[in-house]
Amino acid sequence: MTKVVRIAAGQGFWGDWLEAPYRQVTGGPIDYLMMDYLAEVTMSIMQKQKSRDPALGYAKDFIPLMQRILPVLAQRKIKVTANAGGVNPGACAAAVAEAARGLGLQGKLKIGIVTGDNLLDRLDGLLARGHALTNLDTGRPLRDVRDHVLSANAYLGAWPIVDALRQGADIVITGRVTDTGLTLAPLIHSFNWPASAWDLMAAGTVAGHIIECGAQASGGNRLIDWQRVPDLANVGYPIVEGHADGSFEIVKHPGTGGRIDVPGVTEQLVYEMGDPTAYITPDCVADFTTIQLSQVRKDRVRVSGVRGKPATDKLKVSIAYSYGYKAVGTLVYSWPDALAKAEAADRILRQRLKDLKLSFEAIHTEFVGVDATHGPLARKARQADDVPEVQLRIGVRAREQAPVDRFTREIAPLILNGPPSVTGFAGGRPKPEEIVAYWPALIDKQVVKPMVEVVAV
Amino acid sequence: MKKQLLAIAHARSGDKGDTANVGLIATHPKYYPLLVKHVTAARVARHFKGMITGKVERFELPNLHALNFLLHGALDGGGTISLKTDAQGKVFSTALLRMEIEVSR
Repeated sequence: MTKVVRIAAGQGFWGDWLEAPYRQVTGGPIDYLMMDYLAEVTMSIMQKQKSRDPALGYAKDFIPLMQRILPVLAQRKIKVTANAGGVNPGACAAAVAEAARGLGLQGKLKIGIVTGDNLLDRLDGLLARGHALTNLDTGRPLRDVRDHVLSANAYLGAWPIVDALRQGADIVITGRVTDTGLTLAPLIHSFNWPASAWDLMAAGTVAGHIIECGAQASGGNRLIDWQRVPDLANVGYPIVEGHADGSFEIVKHPGTGGRIDVPGVTEQLVYEMGDPTAYITPDCVADFTTIQLSQVRKDRVRVSGVRGKPATDKLKVSIAYSYGYKAVGTLVYSWPDALAKAEAADRILRQRLKDLKLSFEAIHTEFVGVDATHGPLARKARQADDVPEVQLRIGVRAREQAPVDRFTREIAPLILNGPPSVTGFAGGRPKPEEIVAYWPALIDKQVVKPMVEVVAV
Repeated sequence: MKKQLLAIAHARSGDKGDTANVGLIATHPKYYPLLVKHVTAARVARHFKGMITGKVERFELPNLHALNFLLHGALDGGGTISLKTDAQGKVFSTALLRMEIEVSR
């Protein structure tokens, strides 16, 4: 019998459905549970938490979630790969170990800890040695914002996770690794794929890309034929069934809702895509124009033919820095002339901000229900003057906090001293928010040293 | 005759910094050549005039009967900086599906 490895997606982002991991480990046979927690700016939030308390800095809700599924994991020999460790994988692992001991699993589990991605303490040394960490989007050198940097993490790939699995880890907790590496690593480990097998690296990367956003590959947030996707209340998260030759199938547990078909998987493949011939990860450069999809049967899509090229000698670095402040306020205006009222309120508010001599980097107005998401394209398309209500949504952004604070006081007065038929202000005045912005850069692979530690519970 | 893309394609979009991507997928392989012919980078740039500040790039994925567009400068700075409701470009996909192309019978 040909060996099949089943890798199930349990979380597509920090805050995803808490039921999904439990359903994945209990709903049918799987070998690995893969959970992705880290969006681009998540690391900076975690860095802040760690600076207040050295025992924090990871996805805290990972611990109760693991507590719930640990007995099943141990019983069914299911392994976990998760980047829940954030900026403190060691503390995250310690908390999981404590939970495991509390469940009587002492001596029955090993936890792998992957670190080395955190470059924050090394930043000045790296800059001094000529690593400019130039912003990939703007071309600016990091020196320009060095004093405002809150976190800096290199994206590690699959190999440190593979190391941890080879050392017998049952649960691998990492810091910043690529979403796709969490799926590729179990495939490499299971089939003993060599690092230079670029087509296989690319195949595992594509598998990871398909399931890294959870149910977005199995019927959730799916546009085509969305009204006929069955039972999303009970949606089955996607599972990769991987084969040694790099081909794999996308499936879900029997009896679950959602749908796995070629159009749905295609939607997920193009999500957040750049140049499809060069999907760059630390492990390879995957060519998405080589992917072949076919519907094997209901809720089973086969993926094959994936080709890859050698990995580059760089790693991507995700840097978060303090940018400034913003606030967004909203008011709702009703028929008749809802849009005209909202537009008048916007004009009045802007005049008042000007009269107060407040200086903003940007003031942005949207009329929700008319043009918020489709802009002028939507205005052209419909009769905007007969809508039942319009939400005025106005936001400001500045480098300093003071003008943003003052702006938040200017919304409520409009209720009594602006256009009529206004409501929807029960939430009070808007809160100014600190903007932590994202700075993408590249660094030479050789200066980043991944570290792997495996400890018994 | 005119056909709206919504009738022959579906789409999903996402973000990378201040760039939104839109993957446009033919609902049937027979429509893919129409997409290739009519939904050019220049045409998409005109469609989104006033909504994006940068250029439009197009990539072809004949294997998936799909085109991928990168819309640069689409997100008011992107991510956390942006003041837009759609700061992560999640529904630029449906905005593209509003486009009408000329199709011969």
